[in-house]
Amino acid sequence: MAGTAFQKIYTKLNQITKATCSVTATGIGYEELATVSGRLAQVVKIIGDTVTLQIFSGTENIGTDAEVIFFGRPPTLKVGEQLSGRFFNAYGDPIDGGPAIEGKEVEIGGPSVNPVRRMEPSEFIATGIAGIDLNNPLVTGQKIPFFADPDQPYNQVMATVALRAQSDKIILGGMGLSNDDYLFYKSTFENAGVIDKIISFVNTTDDPPVERLLVPDMALAAAEYFALEKNEKVLVLLTDLTLYCDALSIVSNRMDQIPSKDSMPGSLYSDLAKIYEKAVQFPDGGSITIIAVTTISGGDITHAIPDNTGYITEGQLFLRKDTDIGKVIIDPARSLSRLKTKVMGIKTRADHPKVMETSVRLNADALKAKTKMENGFDLTDYEERAMKFSHDYANQILAIDVNIGPEEMLDVTWGLFQKYFTREEVAIKEEFMKLYWKKA
Amino acid sequence: MTKGIVKGIIANLVFVEVDGPVAQNEICYINLEGTKLMAEVIKVMGNVAYTQVFESTRGLKPGAPVEFTKHMLQVKLGPGMLSKNYDGLQDDLNKMEGMFLTRGEYTDPLDETALWDFTPLVKVGDEVGAGDWLGEVPENWLKHKIMLPFVMEDKYKITWIADAGKYRIIDTIAKVENSEGQSQDITMVQYWPVKLAVHCYKHKPRPFKMMETGMRCIDTLNPIAEGGTGFTPGPFGAGKTVLQHLISQHAEADLIIVAACGERANEVVELFVDFPKLEDPRTGRKLIERTIIICNTSNMPVAAREASVYTAMSIAEYYRSMGLRILLLADSTSRWAQALREMSNRMEELPGPDAYPMDLPAIISNFYSRAGYVNLNNDVPGSITFLGAVSPPGGNLKEPVTEATKKVARCFYSLSQERADSKRYPAVDPIDSYSKYLDYEEVQDYLNKHIHPHWVQDVLLTKNYLLRGKEASDQINILGDDGVPLEYHDRMWKSEVIDRIILMQDGFDKIDKATPMKRQAYMLEMVLSVCKTGFGFESYEDVQPFYSRMINTLKQMNYTEFLSEGFKEYESQLNSIVEERKVK
Repeated sequence: MAGTAFQKIYTKLNQITKATCSVTATGIGYEELATVSGRLAQVVKIIGDTVTLQIFSGTENIGTDAEVIFFGRPPTLKVGEQLSGRFFNAYGDPIDGGPAIEGKEVEIGGPSVNPVRRMEPSEFIATGIAGIDLNNPLVTGQKIPFFADPDQPYNQVMATVALRAQSDKIILGGMGLSNDDYLFYKSTFENAGVIDKIISFVNTTDDPPVERLLVPDMALAAAEYFALEKNEKVLVLLTDLTLYCDALSIVSNRMDQIPSKDSMPGSLYSDLAKIYEKAVQFPDGGSITIIAVTTISGGDITHAIPDNTGYITEGQLFLRKDTDIGKVIIDPARSLSRLKTKVMGIKTRADHPKVMETSVRLNADALKAKTKMENGFDLTDYEERAMKFSHDYANQILAIDVNIGPEEMLDVTWGLFQKYFTREEVAIKEEFMKLYWKKA
Repeated sequence: MTKGIVKGIIANLVFVEVDGPVAQNEICYINLEGTKLMAEVIKVMGNVAYTQVFESTRGLKPGAPVEFTKHMLQVKLGPGMLSKNYDGLQDDLNKMEGMFLTRGEYTDPLDETALWDFTPLVKVGDEVGAGDWLGEVPENWLKHKIMLPFVMEDKYKITWIADAGKYRIIDTIAKVENSEGQSQDITMVQYWPVKLAVHCYKHKPRPFKMMETGMRCIDTLNPIAEGGTGFTPGPFGAGKTVLQHLISQHAEADLIIVAACGERANEVVELFVDFPKLEDPRTGRKLIERTIIICNTSNMPVAAREASVYTAMSIAEYYRSMGLRILLLADSTSRWAQALREMSNRMEELPGPDAYPMDLPAIISNFYSRAGYVNLNNDVPGSITFLGAVSPPGGNLKEPVTEATKKVARCFYSLSQERADSKRYPAVDPIDSYSKYLDYEEVQDYLNKHIHPHWVQDVLLTKNYLLRGKEASDQINILGDDGVPLEYHDRMWKSEVIDRIILMQDGFDKIDKATPMKRQAYMLEMVLSVCKTGFGFESYEDVQPFYSRMINTLKQMNYTEFLSEGFKEYESQLNSIVEERKVK
């Protein structure tokens, strides 16, 4: 990203803070890119001829005589088929030793899709993880995060989902990814032999935090290219949005903005919405589906980050360690896919909605029974059976290591119903009972 | 015209040095290399106007020229707005080209070439004032009144009126003269500044009628009055949007205006897709024919989000002045408040609670007060009923937007996480929620007269059963099933009958999703008669199976066509279940 000929170079900084610097310059556009002593920066404020730049990699050792070169354009990404199978940093520069990309240059963080041009999301994404497919099926064009505590295997689950989902491209946006996790993704994709359909934009914990702010926009600009121009089904994985929000709060703090809840900037909702709302089903078959990770602390979803996220996304998937079976499960009570009604029983077998509702209800009865037992009360026969059901249900359906097809998961659940309950207790519509309740 | 030059830019806050007078809230256009970006003056300091731009300011440079328009942000009003999809600035989204929203593309909300069948309602020599009807044109199914523009506050005399016939909206359809003899041409189009309330009516009495929504938890328990205000706070996943969508489909209003303010685009797409297909059960017409959607989703510019609720309210006021009943739904007003917060923050104003601007409560109460039931100057009534959704952070109702709204909105429908978790939809909490209209004498009289003579008394009784049931259930949870008197189980299950039969409603069932008032009254009477009956039980274990059967039968009734054979059959089944344990 070196400067080209006839560029004006400024060499006198007026002010330097931990993340920003200002320079006296004219003819500069808002959100324009620049380099300061070779480091990439972006215009975040212009007052008269004082231009404030946010330096992505930090201002350490920047002198008041640093060279400032403006690019005359906002951040861009070169897009083309060659992106496939490549790994990039937050600026869109290759980090895999391969050649630079030649292609069309597009602005990142571009405009929104006109809502009247959108299509209704309607295509089922089978992940094989029955805890997702049975209770909260995902749909193309959806945006949904995993809410998980840092100790849970969310990166593994997300990689699994990515590999099993029938998508044309998988774009990984890694923000503050530990180097180990980055290598995990890389080797997982390589081992699965799908490296050709993967594109990664990665900011690891080794990189400066503010750089992260570019990652989602880079990943989504690439996604828009493939979804809109190639009509492909693109799955975008963003991990971890909590670290992205932390970077936002660093910048807003340096700019002397008044923080709102949990020290987050007042614009957090809009900032996150700009990312998530890029999920879309286009009329010509292309789609962008966003699966993200928001790490939470001790299951607290009232913190500003998960809370604002929940108001934007179409549901959330909760990972929880189930101590009864010693495995991590998709929590059926707290997870929700808002778009599930668009595919359940329509793109899947007709009994799907009723099986889902009934299993969730019976499982909830088991949880109530468990609380009752813990409080020292005796359990009824029904409650004891419900608890046994819940144990098997967690093991055979909810656990994240389950990998079965959409028909099989329904059959397994019917089997569990029959093993522990009477017809009356299950009470599913007669037409389905006739088909799936096997005579003993 | 005042002109200016851009001096500074921080996100969508732009400082403009001006060469002449500017007014607070005046609209200006910033010229970004040929693209005109609309902006609004929100503060003036010396010769610098602080403007909020309704678009992205990417690439804007100091020195860009600015033109001021001398008017505030305004809506263009006239026939042809029904069934339209507008953005927050009233641009017709369907007229925009391309897949993406292009910066600086503003489209005409009306169609200047279409012909409308005009019928005059006044004659030469008549005296008219602002908002008075001069004529009418058919728009879809309604008689769209052509009014003397709201901004013409004087008294005028009609000097010429067009004959019945076909005209474009820009054609002159009347000429009027004021007391000083100045003449003015009137077309079918008028403009109104969105941040001001329209006051073209004779008086605004207290609301006295109820407005049916088809939702039992609202109509039966906490009815909203026609011209009333209400709000639904709730954490995410509690079903705010589903509730609003259901109300928009079934409410007894002539016109529904939906302001999707800073919410998910896919939810609005659902309206775009469903409304042209769904039928309005009252008229048999498609829902889209009585709907206007103002759509400023969460990724659209923040300042336009703030404008969107005002745009929606102004359009509502325009149609109210035609003597119509309007229902205005806004989802969510928290996003609007957040847009205010973002601006206030950029202007470095001293923050109020949670960094919201200090005048937030005043802004909210001003907005809610624009709703209401009015008698127009010709004594025809019209109304705007307003229902706002609020998204409190973490579902905690002790936050500025909820608290400020609670002070002004008369109905409070609290959506509870607990109910949502146990799939008790709609998740409106029966204990916390209230309708102040139930205390209005005129509303009580109306309900008792139109539903049945002791309706209000029955509703209060129902609420009492719910409260007693809650108390009993709390005791059972603490002391255990056998640690409480048997009667507690009976009490808990009686309230459970009310909850499952009256309050819970299946939004996906074609019969249960909307209940007409007559049916609501019938069911409440039946449920109350169960509650009033004494039952005999040997032990607490008998209670649950008995009530479960009763609930199951009642539930089937909810799913069956009202007063049909099947319905009657379930009713007699219920009666025989009741007889089994009735204390003689």
